[in-house]
Amino acid sequence: MNSILVAEQITKQFGPHFALKNVSLEIPTNSIYGLLGPNGAGKTTLLRIINQITFPDSGHVLFNGEPLKAEHIAMIGYLPEERGLYKSMKVGEQALYLAQLKGLSKAEAKKRLLYWFERLEIGDWWNKKIQELSKGMAQKIQFIVTVLHEPKLLIFDEPFSGFDPINANIIKEEILHLKERGTSIIFSTHRMESVEEICEYIALLHNAEKILDGKLSDIKKQYKNNIFNVGMAIQEGESFVNELSEKFQIASSAYDKAEARLQFQIQLPSEDTRHLLNHLSSRGTVHYFVETIPSANDIFIKTVQSKSVYE
Amino acid sequence: MSKLGLIIKREYLAKVRNKSFVIMTFLSPILMVGMIVLIAYLTKINDSETRVISVLNESPFFSTDFGSTESTSYLVLKDLTLEEAKDSTIALNFYGLLYIPEGSTVEDVSKSAYFFTKEAPNASITAKLDAVFQERLRQEKLVDLGVSAKEFEAIDSGFQLQTETFEGVQNLKGINEIKAFIGGGFGYLIMMFIIIYGGFVMRSVIEEKTSRIIEVIISSVRPFQLMMGKIIGTSLAGLTQFAIWIFSAGILLFVVMSFLGLDTSGIQNAAVLPGASVNGMAAMPTEVNEMQLYANELFQIPWAMLIFFFMIYFVLGYLIYSSIYAAIGAAVDNETDTQQFIFPIILPLMLAIYVGFFSVFSNPHGPIAVGFSLFPLTSPIVMLMRLPGGIGDGGVPIWQLMLSIALLVGTFIGIVWLAAKIYRVGILMYGKKPSYKELFKWLKY
Repeated sequence: MNSILVAEQITKQFGPHFALKNVSLEIPTNSIYGLLGPNGAGKTTLLRIINQITFPDSGHVLFNGEPLKAEHIAMIGYLPEERGLYKSMKVGEQALYLAQLKGLSKAEAKKRLLYWFERLEIGDWWNKKIQELSKGMAQKIQFIVTVLHEPKLLIFDEPFSGFDPINANIIKEEILHLKERGTSIIFSTHRMESVEEICEYIALLHNAEKILDGKLSDIKKQYKNNIFNVGMAIQEGESFVNELSEKFQIASSAYDKAEARLQFQIQLPSEDTRHLLNHLSSRGTVHYFVETIPSANDIFIKTVQSKSVYE
Repeated sequence: MSKLGLIIKREYLAKVRNKSFVIMTFLSPILMVGMIVLIAYLTKINDSETRVISVLNESPFFSTDFGSTESTSYLVLKDLTLEEAKDSTIALNFYGLLYIPEGSTVEDVSKSAYFFTKEAPNASITAKLDAVFQERLRQEKLVDLGVSAKEFEAIDSGFQLQTETFEGVQNLKGINEIKAFIGGGFGYLIMMFIIIYGGFVMRSVIEEKTSRIIEVIISSVRPFQLMMGKIIGTSLAGLTQFAIWIFSAGILLFVVMSFLGLDTSGIQNAAVLPGASVNGMAAMPTEVNEMQLYANELFQIPWAMLIFFFMIYFVLGYLIYSSIYAAIGAAVDNETDTQQFIFPIILPLMLAIYVGFFSVFSNPHGPIAVGFSLFPLTSPIVMLMRLPGGIGDGGVPIWQLMLSIALLVGTFIGIVWLAAKIYRVGILMYGKKPSYKELFKWLKY
């Protein structure tokens, strides 16, 4: 597996305070990678190190197999959490300036900008000043500026904060489109549920340390606890639940007598559901039988708890 | 175009296109000239008011001593008592009443003379009256000693000691002050430029912080490049403004002068090249002759050298101070938090100007002048005040000049390095009002 970015044993200290402690990551090429963790976990510091805004006290970063150096800046697109634009500058002029700073020629930058302005239907904004635009509009410009130089690696820090749902969706679609065309993407956020569905890989940071990383599906498999939600039609549901609870852990059961509908949560000792399903079917009609998959948030909380117990 | 070039260009255009910049650039010369005209006009009005003083003279003396001038005229009252004279002075709303009583000698009369006014009198008026009495008393004493009026006049003829340097160059009174003043002008220019454009640099950094664009930019360029680009771009805008000012102020002044019908020949006279003027000197009246000497002396100031060193001190001094301003801008979140940091910067500048005007003018090569022209935070201003006297013999010793520049360059490198460190950390810090202690910690990050 190729990795667009490898971070090895990164440590960064601000005075006595550790921002990152021996953090190692591997970001597979052409994947969507979620860097998750609460505020203050060290995500932004790590992203700044990748963007060569700050430098680690120890450890090193490889980009595409080479040690990170100044030329790589042109291959990375970064949308920081603290983002903004010059208020009194015109949209087009500003976008051109930022694109040129990334190393594009003026003509090339203009061509690509016109394409993107067309694509996001903001062609008539070219001569507007930023202060005339709404926040959501400005974020579109920021997105364009981030991706304009066609970077190999795109980094979004809290990408959807400040976007209204419609714009957030447009941007999400664009990001997926870029992924299809071969771009590797890092999402960093403390709102884990916002990126869970699109990340293939995640890493969890907590108090400057990485506590978990890997393929999201593997992690979920690892953390699943064989709990199932069940809904069925059955006469005398209460006694059935009692019967079940002698053998299994049953939680949040509810029985609607009038409709003869029963729902409950059940934990099995193993993945094998055949025996239970047969038993349920023999007693009534099963409406649904769904495995509860832990969310990234659940996993995070669980990991943090087990860590602190361990410590 | 290199990234630094792009940043410089953007900073320059952002500054130059700014409405307040455009307005200030074109309004300032008009305001300046307007102010000069207004002051001249007001002074004229003030002077044209004539004060009338009534004189009640009961003595045989002083009958011809009180001659009316433009600003004061005297009205002699006769055959009135002192009380009547007072009443009529009040009734006529005159400035005051000078009462000279009867007496046999000038001395007696003078001693018992009185000046009555409504309020405490203006100092210039009393001085004028005092002078009249004093002069008369002196004359009287000399007559007593047997000096005739004619001889007395001969004594009083003006005298001025002629001076020359050992090389035989004729010196002119006040020329050193004029030279220091020219140097002071350059120094003052540097101070103004640093304060105005350093402030612009600082505000521009704060703007990037508050608009949150800073991190977007430094993911493309080094913070140091951004800082230097900002400083250079802003100073180029400043130089543009200065160039426009000097040019337009010159034109405006000329227009206004010809409009008011003031004589501009004095300016033209001074502009005559020294070589051409020497031949015509014999024919000139004394006063013009002297003016020509001053002009010659001014032409002898090594202008090329002065401008050369002005550029050096200007560039180094400005870079040192504006990188400090940039670091301050990076350390704070808004302009109100800058006060505590700005004062210590302005202090050495003010000190340089005051030390310059009080100490360097009177003794350009004294220990204080030398010290301050070596100290890097004051040398750009103080050294320029010393330089019009020349370099080497009789001027600034070469070793001092070299040492001063060397110290300045060393400081420049040190300060820019420190400022860049603070800048690099500060631009990514939000929501904290930093203390000096905090800034010191940043240096180690």
